[in-house]
This record gives sequence, structure tokens and C-alpha cells, in this order.
Amino acid sequence: MSLGIVMLVHDALDRAEQLVRHWAKNGCPVVIHVDDCVSDDDYTDFVTALSDLDNVRFCKRQHCEWGRWSLVEASQTASELMLKAFPDVRHILLASGSCLPLRPISEMLDYLSNRPQTDFIESVTTEDVPWTIGGLDIERFTLRFPFSWKRHRRLFDRYVEIQRRLGTKRTIPAGLVPHLGSQWWCLTRKTLSEILNDPNRAGYDRYFKRVWIPDESYYQTLARRHSTRIESRSLTLSKFDFQGKPHIFYDDHLQLLRRSDCFVARKAWRNADKLYDSFLSDQNDVITGAEPNPGKIDRIFTKAIERRTKGRPGLYMPSRFPKDGYEGNVTAARYTVLEGFSELFDGFDTWLTDTVSARVHGHLFARDRVHFAGDTPDYFGALGDAASLRDYNAKAFLTNLIWNTRGERQCFQYGPRDNQDVSWVIAKDPNARVYVVSGAWAVQLFHSNQNFSDIRREAARLQKIESDHLNALRSGYARARTHVWSLADFVLKPAEPLQAVVDDIGPRTATRLSNFPKMRPLHGFGQFLQDLKNQGMHPYLMGDFPAGHDLVPDSQVQHKPFLVK
Amino acid sequence: MSVWTSYRLRLKRKQCHLRALRKRRELTEVANRTDAVGSDDILAFSTIRNECIRLPYFLSYYRDLGVNHFFMVDNGSDDGGREYLAEQPDVSLWTTNASYKNANFGVHWLGWLQRKYAHGHWALVVDPDEFLVYPFCDTRPLRALTDWLDTSQVRSFGTMLLDMYPKGPMDALPYAAGQDPFEIANWFDSGNYTITKNPKYGNLWIQGGPRARAFFRDNPIKAPALNKIPLVKWNRHYAYVSSTHALLPRGLNLVYDQWGGEKASGCLLHAKFLDTFGAKSVEELERGQHYANSYEYRAYHSGTKEDTDLWCNWSEKYLNWRQLEMLGLMSKGNWA
Repeated sequence: MSLGIVMLVHDALDRAEQLVRHWAKNGCPVVIHVDDCVSDDDYTDFVTALSDLDNVRFCKRQHCEWGRWSLVEASQTASELMLKAFPDVRHILLASGSCLPLRPISEMLDYLSNRPQTDFIESVTTEDVPWTIGGLDIERFTLRFPFSWKRHRRLFDRYVEIQRRLGTKRTIPAGLVPHLGSQWWCLTRKTLSEILNDPNRAGYDRYFKRVWIPDESYYQTLARRHSTRIESRSLTLSKFDFQGKPHIFYDDHLQLLRRSDCFVARKAWRNADKLYDSFLSDQNDVITGAEPNPGKIDRIFTKAIERRTKGRPGLYMPSRFPKDGYEGNVTAARYTVLEGFSELFDGFDTWLTDTVSARVHGHLFARDRVHFAGDTPDYFGALGDAASLRDYNAKAFLTNLIWNTRGERQCFQYGPRDNQDVSWVIAKDPNARVYVVSGAWAVQLFHSNQNFSDIRREAARLQKIESDHLNALRSGYARARTHVWSLADFVLKPAEPLQAVVDDIGPRTATRLSNFPKMRPLHGFGQFLQDLKNQGMHPYLMGDFPAGHDLVPDSQVQHKPFLVK
Repeated sequence: MSVWTSYRLRLKRKQCHLRALRKRRELTEVANRTDAVGSDDILAFSTIRNECIRLPYFLSYYRDLGVNHFFMVDNGSDDGGREYLAEQPDVSLWTTNASYKNANFGVHWLGWLQRKYAHGHWALVVDPDEFLVYPFCDTRPLRALTDWLDTSQVRSFGTMLLDMYPKGPMDALPYAAGQDPFEIANWFDSGNYTITKNPKYGNLWIQGGPRARAFFRDNPIKAPALNKIPLVKWNRHYAYVSSTHALLPRGLNLVYDQWGGEKASGCLLHAKFLDTFGAKSVEELERGQHYANSYEYRAYHSGTKEDTDLWCNWSEKYLNWRQLEMLGLMSKGNWA
């Protein structure tokens, strides 16, 4: 006899009975503390059901509340009884009524008898625990917590606040260094009895009564005082979610738990029949001799916490709808917005499709309909090309598109003629790469043969829209990466910006660009702008186009086919 | 929330309760087996009308998930559905010929039954063509979910109504009683949903999917709402305001996270688009008992003409809940 189990039970008595039976039959004496909230009838039945086992004891009952001293007190009572009633016990394991042994008990006994002096108790100083709940770490020890966090949250928070303001601090008893850790420990008889028979125990107990969650610090702190050899890990696999509640194991965790090689797991769902049946059966005696390795389970639960707290950026769904500014990123992946390019170059979309490895759309937000790549009527995720559906919620259209096509870079054309509802959405999105040739929308007007008065009105309208859009891109809230060239600058040196766009998206071949798209003729464009000016409109987004002569691109690129004669 | 809004919402809630109280007179008891309901049973509530063919699969699906008792209101069925339900050992049945519309589309009838029988229980409110899918539903019963919600102190579980449709005309494959409807209607839209927040009740308003793109192209604002909160740890002070889209008190509508994280959520697979749909839409058009003057059915009908195919190139074929989770239509949240 070398391992005794101190078990705290408060519900699922049928499962607890099964567990007690399993421990007791395998030679481990059990002392049970049944919570006072269990009705007397149920308690009597429970005691009767276990009366055939001679190495099971019940200790005095009391009501235990999460995060409060009563839990420690219950374990003290039970431990004292254990030490007294079973003098042969060398290690004592604290377990709950839903802690499931995963490996043969005999193997656990061997493991412990090879380490007779070792205390298995997770015990770390407060500086090293990234504790989240309530943001309390060292304050657990220096403030008073007379109110229940569960029942009187308001009072609890208020009282913490008041103490912080007043700067009151409790003195930690001399000789104690606050340590925290999992409340499920396995201590040696020597350490446990020294903790319980410490001459200062009354003082320590008084102190810990007002510490928050003392079951995670009482033994952890005192063990540091008495133990000769602490192995700072718990033999009980116990993962907590972001609210500090233990994760629960279900039937589908069976293989995962098997492979973890942990000794005990907390906590199993009470109706997880498959788990209970397979781990408590007598056939479960495959001795592996392996060290516990909960890495894989850790990862699953860490991911779960991450999903709950950070979520998948760019996803808007029935259980994730972040407020403005809390999205992480507005969209799921990087994308490129090209403004003015398709107005300036003939066949720009085709050229870009051939040049970069990405999906190149036309004007997704055009007034008439959605111009998807290849002019298909629908797209990933069953997005349709109807302008009405898109404009109903343009932001959702964009975020849906980027979410649906994760893994493939999207590029699309945009301009002042398009729906402007997404202007700020794009500007605030760190995933957006925006390349603007400002004023390029005028090229189309220049080539149109509308009435000049209509052209003038349209030019004024478009200039106003684009100017607002550029203000958004340049505002303090903008997080998109933006490059803006005025039309004049761009016409003078088109090769470098194009190379920059292509490089950022990812070219199909690693070499420098050799063929360029064909620029629309701009012969007389300067005069066109001058005419607009003469009509009283001031076209300023295009940059400087002299009225008298045409701009000629730099000499170094003069031999290129897009040259304007 | 100002004191005034809070007071108005409280009045609204009381009004729902009063109406439910008044509408209880319209219900006639057919079979009352509520004595058999245990103190922590999971209860399902549903209104049916001429949906006999759907009932066998509906009942068996939810029995398998772990629903212990069904509370059904029959709204004047004449296809034998009432008789079928009256024989089921775990169904309590009421019947009425009163107007579905005047009972706020059945909400008041069920509201009364919930107030009377569901206090302290997990209550699931679903139509006979809605099938709940939640994380791990293939390995964990509904009780696992409700237990977990209990320990997490969560009172309501949000879902999205996912319209399922067949490939090809809706009437190409006949549906037989007891058959899994998703053997026929096994396609869905994966990524064309739009979400806005309803400032009044704090719930999300989700629209989109095949119905929006096929029938509501020119009037997207009328497209049906797909947000549903069907599973609630019921308290007699709670009330559904409009269908299962929104509840009062408003805190129950917060089934979504606003700070970037994901809460656990599910999907309600909607098996509406089967060969039975044509007949149903004709009947419902005549009765005019559905939401917004049956706008939905009218839109379908002008679009349907027996051969509407909701399927498109980018429709997804349904596999399991993990697929829905990966596509971002539901989430495991921190349930692992």
C-alpha cells in the first residue's frame, strides 16, 4: 500500500462510486469528502453502496464553494483522516469525483515507488503565471477577498477596486513565498503531514482564508516550505479554458487520452460511457512505462482558447461579429486594389492575369454588376454578380469574397465610378494593398465624345469622389498600405510602379518585366485639362500636364512598346 | 441601455407573455404526456401544419440527439399528421384551427407551452424542416452540449439557418416519409451571407443564401432572416419576440462575440426545398398566413414554376459539421 486517494465529490455520485471502487479494488485506500449540497438520502445511498469496501472512509462534510477556503478545508479534513487511518500510505493524491485514471493503477504505483521522496505539485511564483481571470496575480495574496466571485461579482469587483485605490496591502506571513499551480497534487506523507502539523498552521490558515482561490495556492505555497524534492507538475491532466473552468473530456477524446500517457485526467463528462468503460475496465492493463506526454491535448485546448478569444480574422458569422476596430484584420487575407490602371491601359486585366499568379477581377464594385475574373456570373461561396445584392452590404461582399478565396491572392480594379461604400473599409484594412493612379478616370472622359458640359460635370463629380477616397486612404485611421501616383508622374515613369505592383502580388516568373500593357493615347490630354480649367473646373488630381505639349516617358524606357508618341 | 429603453423592452416582454396567455384558449389538448417529463429533460417545441411526411424523420433525428419530450402544436393538419403524433409516446400534442399569423406565427402558442412546461429545462424550438447541427454532434449527444453550456453559464445557443437544396429541379426526386431529407437536398451556399446587428434587441440579422440570390435579387432587404436562437435554458420570464430570431431579455441574444473571438454555435439545416415545396407554396399563398404577407412564398412562386434550380457552380455539397466549421458557418468556440 503506497498511494491514498483523497477524493472531493459534489455531484455525479454514480460515477464517483465507480471511480472509488476502481481505486479501492486496486489497493488504494480512499477518503471521500462529499459536499454538503448533496442530499442526505443520496449521501446515505452512496455510503451504503460503498460499504463492502474496507479501505474507504468518509470524512466530515461541509459545503465547498469554488474559489473559496472551504475547498482547502475539506481537503485538509480528508487528508488528516487519510494520514491517521492508513499509516501505510506513502503518497496521497488529491482527486475529484470526475478524475479518471488513464493508466493501470499498478503502473502508477510503480512510478511513485520509484520516486518515494518526490512531491508532484505544480508550484510556480506569481510572476511566472500568465493568469487572466480578473487580472489578479500577486494581488490574490495581498488583497482581501471576503466576497464570493460567483455569487457576488459586483461586490467582489468593487471591494478589489476600493483596496487598490486605498493601497491597502496584507502582509504575507513570514517565511512564505506565494506560489500558484494546479489544485490537483500528489504529495508524500512526509510533506503533507508537515504541512498539516506545522506549528504556525493556525496563522497560515487564517491568512489563506482571505486569499482568492486558495486551493490553487495553499498547498503550492506550503509545499515549498516543507518539501525536499518538488517536481513542479501535476500528475492530473487538467486543462482550463479562458474562464478558468476545466475542459471536459468526451468519448471522442478516448484515443487522445490513451496516447497522452498521463496518469489521471480531469474531468470526464459524467455520461461519457466509453471513457469510463474503457479506462476503468480490468482489461485496461497495457503497461507502457512511458512518461506523461500531454502535448497533443495541450495543443487542442490551446487552440480552443485562441479560437474563443481571437477567432478567425476576417470571418463574420453567427457567433463572431466583432465591433469596429476589434476584428483583428477586417479581411482574412491580403489583397490588391488597383485604381486607375485599367482606365489608363488597354487590356490591363489580361496583361496582369498573364503576369502575376493571382486572381485578377475587373471592377468588382461597378455600378452595373460585379465584374468577376473571367466574367462569370457567380463566384466562390456562391457570390452572385447582381449589383443589388452586393450593394445591400458592400462590406460583407468584400469580406465574404476574401474569406471564400483564402489561399489565393485576389486583385481587383476600383475607382470613383464604383460603389464607394467600401472606401473606408479598404482604407482601414491592414490586408489591403492599394495602388492608385490618381486622376486616371479622366482618360476615359478625354476619349469620350459627350458634350463638354457633361464631361465637365462628370469630371467634377469623379474628382470629388476620388479626393474623398484618397483622404480616407491618407487619414489617421487608415491601415492599408497605399501607393498613390498622380497621372502625370505615372505617365512619365510607368515601369517602376508596374514593377512594384507585380512584385508585391507575386510574379509568375522571377525575371524583370519585359512586356508592358499598352497605354491609351494621351495626345492632347494637357489641352483637355486646360479646357476643363477654362470652364471653371480645377482638375488637380492628375498632377502637372502642360497644356502646350505632351508628356513623354523617361528616355530609359523610350524603346518600350507603351511609349506615347 | 437607458432606463427608458430597458423599461420599454420589459413592457414588450410582458406583452408577449400576455398575448401567449390569451392565445392559450385557442389550443385544444389532444395528448398530454407531460407527467413523463423528468426534471432535467431536454424539451423540443414545434408547430406543424400538413407536414406528416416529415414527422418520422424529424422525431427520430431529435430522439437520437437526445431530446426527451416533444411539445407539438398542430395548426389544422388534415393529412394524418395529428393522428400520427398523438400515438407517439414522447409527444404531447395540442391542436388549433386559429390563425397562425395572429398567433405571431405560432410564437404565442409555443410561448404559452414553454412558460408552463419548460421552466428550468433546456428547450429547443425548431420547425419540422429544421435540423440542428452543432459541434461534435456526430460523437456527443445534445446533453453534452447543454451540460457544457450549463457549466459555462451560457443560457442560449445561436445558430444559422442553412438552406439546403438539391442539384436540379426541386421536384426531381420525391421525398419519402422517414427518409433523410439531406440525401436529396444536400447542397448549400457557403459564403454569401450578410450580417448586421439589430440595435433594438441586440441580435444579429443574417440574410443571404440561395433564397436571397434566387428570389430576392431585386429586393434584398426582404430576404428572410437566417439568424436563429433555437436552444435556450428556459425561464418563465423569457419570451421569443419574433419567431426564434430574437428573445427578451436581450442578453439572450448575445450568442456572438463582439471582441474578435468566436463563441460556440451551430447550424439549423433547412430541408425546405424538396419536392413538397411546390404544393406547400401554393397552399401557403392561398392562406396568406406567413411572414410579411407571404412575400417569401410569392417570391418563390413567381420564381419557381416547378423547375427552379437553386444549384449553382459554387454550391457546396454537405458532408458534416466539420465542413461547416471550416467554412466558417458555425464554430466550436472553446468547446474542444
